[in-house]
Amino acid sequence: MTDNTDKLVIGGREFNSRLMVGTGKYASFEQTARALEVSGAEIITVAVRRVNLDRSKESLLDFIDPKKYMLLPNTAGCYTAEDAIRTCRLAREAGMSDFVKLEVLGDEKTLFPDNEELLKAAKVLVAEGFTVLPYCSDDVILCKKLEDIGCAAVMPLGAPIGSGLGIRNPYNIRIILENVKVPVIVDAGVGSASDAAIAMELGCAGVLMNTAIAGAQDPIAMAEAMKLAVIAGRLSFKAGRIPRKLYANASSPLDGMFL
Amino acid sequence: MQIILNGEKTEQQEGLSIAGLLAQLNIGLERVAVEANMEIVPKAKYEIHLLSDGDKIEIVHFVGGG
Repeated sequence: MTDNTDKLVIGGREFNSRLMVGTGKYASFEQTARALEVSGAEIITVAVRRVNLDRSKESLLDFIDPKKYMLLPNTAGCYTAEDAIRTCRLAREAGMSDFVKLEVLGDEKTLFPDNEELLKAAKVLVAEGFTVLPYCSDDVILCKKLEDIGCAAVMPLGAPIGSGLGIRNPYNIRIILENVKVPVIVDAGVGSASDAAIAMELGCAGVLMNTAIAGAQDPIAMAEAMKLAVIAGRLSFKAGRIPRKLYANASSPLDGMFL
Repeated sequence: MQIILNGEKTEQQEGLSIAGLLAQLNIGLERVAVEANMEIVPKAKYEIHLLSDGDKIEIVHFVGGG
């Protein structure tokens, strides 16, 4: 049962799917297109790179209908605010919206965000009218700063990009959820469907992932698993789970026992 | 004249516009962005923006990414 009134709203736009999917690392463009379709994602991330001057080679957008998805350009590979801002400006010129996934990396080994540069870039981009979705650390103080600047969402990492370690600090995510009003989307770290469900059960507005699907042995099957996990996690969150208790609580009545 | 196109030195005719360059490269105008010497060239100016010797041109588009 999917609740059609439970929309995700980011930057004034409504989405039915709370799963956002990256388009990198697939075995082929056909596989990318199929995985995206099966995932039900409406927002898909893309990178901004030089056009291949050899026009005989195919490109991603030959396989994906940009009318079907909202392309969310990222600033992957940017290590300074300046480079990230430049990339966003190019993305807006090439694309169809003001939405950007802003990431400013601090280090190649961890791919953790450089939060100082991130804040700098976010300020400039918000002032230029971009709808900024920042990939950031799972730190509530930082997330509040990003919200105050005017970011349309915050996207704390669950674990390092591509690590598949899952939501390493669910308590940090909970604290962020309790203290910011913009949508909180877990970006990075998800490895399996249960990780995605955990993020949603915490109350996150959505989950963004790439490697967990693209790197699975069967990416198409994993795309479906992730779709269902995000729906299940959201329903579970909204249904309200039982409190955790140390001791048992019988499900069958004691009244009417005949022994 | 010499143009640095996506990081590579290329020889181009004098008086070539951005629109002319894209046509020559068989690149459609949709979903690409062009920078000339680090400044974005708006699509409306592709016809009138003429290239000069030594220009650094970047033509970018969207590729798979996370």
